[in-house]
Amino acid sequence: MIYNEEFETMPREVIKSLQVKRLQQVLERVYHTVGFYKKSFDAAKIKPDDIKSITDMKKLPFITRKDLRDNYPFGLFSVPMSSIVRLHASSGTSGRSAVFGYTKRDIETWSDLIARCLVAAGITKNDIIHNAFGYGLFTGGLGLHYGAEKIGASVIPMSGGNAKRQIMILQDFGPTVICSTPSYALHLAEEGNALGVDMKSLQLRVGIFGAEPWNKATRDEIEKAFGITALDLFGLSEVIGPGMAMECLEGRNGMHIFEDHFIVETINPKTGEVLPEGEEGELVFTTLTKEAGPLIRYRTGDISRLITEPCRCGRSHVKMERVLKRSDDMLIIRGVNIFPSQIEAILVDIEGLQPNYQIIVDKVGALDSLDLQVEVNEKIFSDSGSVKELQKMEKRIIKDMTDYLGITARVKLVEPNTLKAGAKIIDKRHY
Amino acid sequence: MKVEQISVFLENKPGSLEHATGALKDANINIRTLSLAETVDFGILRLIVNDVEKANKVLKDNGFRVSKTPVVAVEVPDKPGGLHSIMEVVSKEGINVEYIYAFVEKSGQNAVIIFRFDNPEKAIEVLLKHNFKVVPGAQLYDF
Repeated sequence: MIYNEEFETMPREVIKSLQVKRLQQVLERVYHTVGFYKKSFDAAKIKPDDIKSITDMKKLPFITRKDLRDNYPFGLFSVPMSSIVRLHASSGTSGRSAVFGYTKRDIETWSDLIARCLVAAGITKNDIIHNAFGYGLFTGGLGLHYGAEKIGASVIPMSGGNAKRQIMILQDFGPTVICSTPSYALHLAEEGNALGVDMKSLQLRVGIFGAEPWNKATRDEIEKAFGITALDLFGLSEVIGPGMAMECLEGRNGMHIFEDHFIVETINPKTGEVLPEGEEGELVFTTLTKEAGPLIRYRTGDISRLITEPCRCGRSHVKMERVLKRSDDMLIIRGVNIFPSQIEAILVDIEGLQPNYQIIVDKVGALDSLDLQVEVNEKIFSDSGSVKELQKMEKRIIKDMTDYLGITARVKLVEPNTLKAGAKIIDKRHY
Repeated sequence: MKVEQISVFLENKPGSLEHATGALKDANINIRTLSLAETVDFGILRLIVNDVEKANKVLKDNGFRVSKTPVVAVEVPDKPGGLHSIMEVVSKEGINVEYIYAFVEKSGQNAVIIFRFDNPEKAIEVLLKHNFKVVPGAQLYDF
C-alpha cells in the first residue's frame, strides 16, 4: 500500500527536477534568514543561484553536528519563534546538545512522512498501535504518534520503560502494531516470557523498529519472539525525526528515502568527496521542505549504502541499507545518541573533576548497558577517609548521566592508573 | 593533639589489599592499628602507622590513591563504659562521629579508640576539658 501515490511513485527524472526546484528555494531562504549559512556560503564563495543542478551541490559546504551545538539553542532557526510550534532536543548538557524546531507545517510534513511509513508497513485505520518510542524531547514517540493519528489508527502512547505495564497493555488492549527500538522489543519479549506470557499469541501483526542499529539476526529473533513481521524505520532528530526512510513490506530490502523532502548523498567521510550512488559512505542529508531549521548538506556520521535498483513495491524513491557503522565515536545506547565527549563534560562539570575514565558498553539480556569506570583522583578522594563521600560522588555521576543524557549508567570508582590510556570506549556489542 | 591516619582507596578485587600491605612491608612500616570500610565496589583502608610520611609516599609510589586524615585518639580504661563515657561528652556538644576503631594497649590496661569526628578541633577541646587522655600523634605512632 502507498499513502501518497503521486509523490512516492514519481518518475525519477520528475523527482530530480522537483528536488532542484525545492533546493534552490531553500538555499535562497537559508542564505537570507540564517546567519550561519550566509557566513558559510560566503566563506565558500557560493551564492544560492550558483546551484543549478544536483551535481552542483558538492560546491556547498557541509553542516555538522558541531555546528548544531555551536548554534545552541536557536541559532539555526530560519523562522521567528512565533512560527515555531514544537521544540525537540538531543541529550547533553547546555551547549552540548542540539535543539530542533518545527513550524505548524513542519509537523504536518512530519506526520505525512510517518503516515507514509505506516502505510508502507500495511497499517490502516483499523490497527491499534502500541507506541513504545520515548515521548518527550526525543523525537521518536511524538513523531510516530502524529503520523498514526493522521492515518486514523488508534495509538497507545506507551513511551519507554515499565515493561510489566507494557506487557499488560499488549495483552489487554490487543494492539496489532508495536513501535520501539529493537532492543526494547527483545527486552519486552524476555520479560513477557519470564512472566509466562505467550508473546506469540498476542494480537501483534507487525512491528516498526528504529533509533538504534540492529542486524538481520536481531530482526529474526524479534519476528520469532512475537510472531510478527519486523520492519525498519530510519530518521534523525536533527533532520526531522523518524520517518525519513522506511522499509516497505513488499521489498524488505532497504528503506526508501522520501526524496521529495530530502536529498541524500553518500560521501567519503575522510575527504568529503561525493561517492557514486551505491558505494558505501557517510550519508549526507539536505532538507527540502523543513521550514524551521533547514539543513543543507548535513553530515550524519551514519555509514550506509544507497540501493538504486527499482523496488517491487512501486515506490521510485532510492533506498538505503540499514546503518551499522558510524564515521565518528557516537554511541547509541538504548536508542539514545551519546558522544563520549558529553560524558567527559559531565565529569568535568562535577566540581572540576577531571578523571581518567572508561566507558564499557555491553548488553545485559536484550538491553544495552553502560558501565562508567572512573579513576579515583585527589578531588574525589578527600581527606575524610570516609566511604560516604565516595558514594555521594558515585550517585552524583549517575544522577547527572540520567538528568543530562537520559541514560542509566553503572558507575564504578577504580584505583588510579588501572584504566588503559587511550581506550576510553570499549563497545562489546556486535551488530 | 591530632593523629594522622593514612586512608587508602582500594578496589574490591583480589590482590588489592595484598598489594598495599606488601608495599608497607617492603618499606618496613609497622601498622599500629587499622580498619577497613567496604562497599560493594570499593573499600577504604585506614591505617595508623609508625611513619606517616613514609607510608604516604610508599603507597603513592605504588599507585594508590592516599590521603592523610586527621583523627583523634583517646585512651580509656579497658572496662565496661569506657567508650560510653566519651560518647556522652561529644554527643552533648553536638559533635558527630563518622567512624571509630580501637585497639588495646600492650599492657592490657587501657584501650585506645580512634575517632573520626566531623569537627576534630572542637572534639579535642571538649575531651581535654573533661580530663580525657587524648593521645598525641607522636606518642601513638611509637606506642
